[in-house]
Amino acid sequence: MTADAPALPATAGGHAEGHAAGGHAQRGISNPILGMILFITSEVMFFSGLFAAYFATRANNSPWPPPVFEGILNPLSLILVATIILITSSFTCQWAVWSIRRGDRRGFLRNIGITFALGIVFLVLQAYDYSLLFGEGMTLGSGPFGTTYFTLTGFHGAHVFGGVLMLGVILYRGSAGQFSARHHDAVEAVSLYWHFVDVVWILLFSILYLL
Amino acid sequence: MATHALSPAVPAYRGGLYEWLTTTDHKKIGIMYVINSFLFFLIGGMFALLVRTELATPGIQIFTNEHVYNESFSIHATVMIFLFIIPMLAGLGNFAVPLMIGAPDMAFPRVNALSFWMLPLGGILLLSGFLTPGGAAAAGWTSYPPLTERLPLSSPGPGQDLWIAAIILIGTSSILGGINFLVTIFKMRAPGMTLFRMPIMVWTILVTSVLVVMATPVITSALVMLYIDRNLGGSFFLPEHGGQAVLYQNVFWFYSHPAVYVMVLPAMGVISEVLPVFSRKPLFGYKAFIFATAGIGALGFSVWAHHMFTTGAVFLPFFSLMTFLIAVPTGVKMFNWIFTLFRGQLTFSTPLIFAIGFLTMFLIGGINGAFSAAVPIDFALQDTYWVVAHLHYVLFGGSVFGMFAGIYYWFPKMTGRMLDEGLGKLHFILMFVGFNLTFFPMHMLGIQGMPRRIADYADPSWNGWNLLATIGGFIIAASMLPFLWNVFISLRNGKVAGDDPWEGNTLEWATSSPPPPYNFDRLPEIRSERPVFDARHGLVGHGGHGGRAEDEAPKALEEGHVDSQGPGRPS
Repeated sequence: MTADAPALPATAGGHAEGHAAGGHAQRGISNPILGMILFITSEVMFFSGLFAAYFATRANNSPWPPPVFEGILNPLSLILVATIILITSSFTCQWAVWSIRRGDRRGFLRNIGITFALGIVFLVLQAYDYSLLFGEGMTLGSGPFGTTYFTLTGFHGAHVFGGVLMLGVILYRGSAGQFSARHHDAVEAVSLYWHFVDVVWILLFSILYLL
Repeated sequence: MATHALSPAVPAYRGGLYEWLTTTDHKKIGIMYVINSFLFFLIGGMFALLVRTELATPGIQIFTNEHVYNESFSIHATVMIFLFIIPMLAGLGNFAVPLMIGAPDMAFPRVNALSFWMLPLGGILLLSGFLTPGGAAAAGWTSYPPLTERLPLSSPGPGQDLWIAAIILIGTSSILGGINFLVTIFKMRAPGMTLFRMPIMVWTILVTSVLVVMATPVITSALVMLYIDRNLGGSFFLPEHGGQAVLYQNVFWFYSHPAVYVMVLPAMGVISEVLPVFSRKPLFGYKAFIFATAGIGALGFSVWAHHMFTTGAVFLPFFSLMTFLIAVPTGVKMFNWIFTLFRGQLTFSTPLIFAIGFLTMFLIGGINGAFSAAVPIDFALQDTYWVVAHLHYVLFGGSVFGMFAGIYYWFPKMTGRMLDEGLGKLHFILMFVGFNLTFFPMHMLGIQGMPRRIADYADPSWNGWNLLATIGGFIIAASMLPFLWNVFISLRNGKVAGDDPWEGNTLEWATSSPPPPYNFDRLPEIRSERPVFDARHGLVGHGGHGGRAEDEAPKALEEGHVDSQGPGRPS
């Protein structure tokens, strides 16, 4: 058994250790991180389906955006602030990972706390942005433009919400002292997820606001 | 046979109902998958019998309301695909894969339990559509818009929405299961179990899991868009709102074509375990089979639009070519299987007979499918009973025969008891005859132009074939009686199986039947893709008998992995 095996949940790695003759080769990537990478793969395919629908719908409806909503999605607005916040949170998240890899729990907790807070700020800004759009008459039901916009950003927002929950669990476990330089697979896995959510937003922002 | 060395200190499967409901043991979960899927098989079969009874003769027989007929075939197909075939094969994989790679359990046992428990929940959600005012989903298992969004079919709103929720839930269960399989296969293999020593069953589950992880989320996206269209005023699929109905078909089939490989690859894995064991030979072309499996998986992502030839909205030459190309790796597998049987010492036990049923019926399903891959022929046959014949030859003649081969093969390992051979053969004969009586006439009906998904017909030349198909359907139903009786009496009084009743090749036969919690007290040396065969015959490894391998042989003897015949009889 190499160093990262004890970091596995007791149900998987622990039994492997105890029962199988000679132990299992636990080199390379750990089970939770591989599981998270595969989960992110499936999420990529989910968003691929939505993106495909977006482009098919956009190609089928011109002009895009329709005249009533001309200029409603302005990149130089609140949404740019939200975008910068989310990108920043990816950096703080990675700093948290690097901190815990060094065994710096204080730096880890500080950075993961900042990431958690930035995630919440992003959600609040997005909700406020939604209310502004609703005020201008753009909703999920207002034709292909509104449907695709709110479906894509809505599912992204739901994923940010899921990520914030995960960060909350990491924050809670971290403040209970459950992570160390050797045992922090959950932190690595959640950081991967958070980066994925961030990348999806960069794509969404580019396509919905800039393209 | 030296079973005592591996016997568990405590009886396996101890504990009552609570233990089963809360278990994270992959073997118990696998068995629950099998039982749950079989129950849904019976439910789906009831709907099939309703459909066949209605179609036995022209006119309306039992459904005064044709909408109820639409619900019946829609729920029949949905239950069979999502709640029977896919989870049944996943259940066999759940039971077999950790054993076959020498692992104590799946990588994420609690996630495994979660994947299982989503299935009965999804099934209940789906069937509860019948309790809603408008009835269950009635737009076919494909649930194409605008059928699902406009009157009259959109009227049973809640039923269709429950269908969407159920499929998303079952799909999530599949994705979690697929991730679990992949991590298990990549990370939990016993020492010596290299990728190219893994049993074929494990390889097919690996490729299936890749398909599940990459394709299933896409149908989830299709279904959430359908839900938004139906309930939240979305504009994805209705042309009058600026949407496109063909968009749904593209996204739907991007999952649902790979899904047919999800439904057949593990069954191919099962018979690739069964054929070598009952032919007393290694599988012919082990690596070719693996590459063919990976090839089918990869090509499976490039053929989805062959379900949409008649929409006029897809690039026909490409999708037709890719569809024909899939026949190449499938043909490779046919040769693997046939040459495994060729000159083997065949023992016609029930698992082998079902495996041969798979070979022959799947061959027909492949050939009649090739007709539909040709665009001009497909234009004539689209949405006729030809398609119904084709899909049942691959999914019933292929997958279902394969999974029964697996059930007869692993039942001794699951329960410690043998199933009765006579009843097993009766089950096979009834099912084989009933199956061909039901589905072969559908070729003729299809060529004569009978459309699918109709409750009534008026062409007298269709009467005979339809009656024949209905009789066949009831024979299939009757074939379940000897099977159920067999399971019942075998669990009570069946012959005790012992560790290795079939003289198997793969690691599950190196532990007790049923295996203890965490599967193995010790493992035989793994030096080939047939470790238990090697241990039984005192052979360790095929090529390169280095000094180290020779040291291992006496150890295998000590551990009692060698039977009385001793070394010799190499394949």
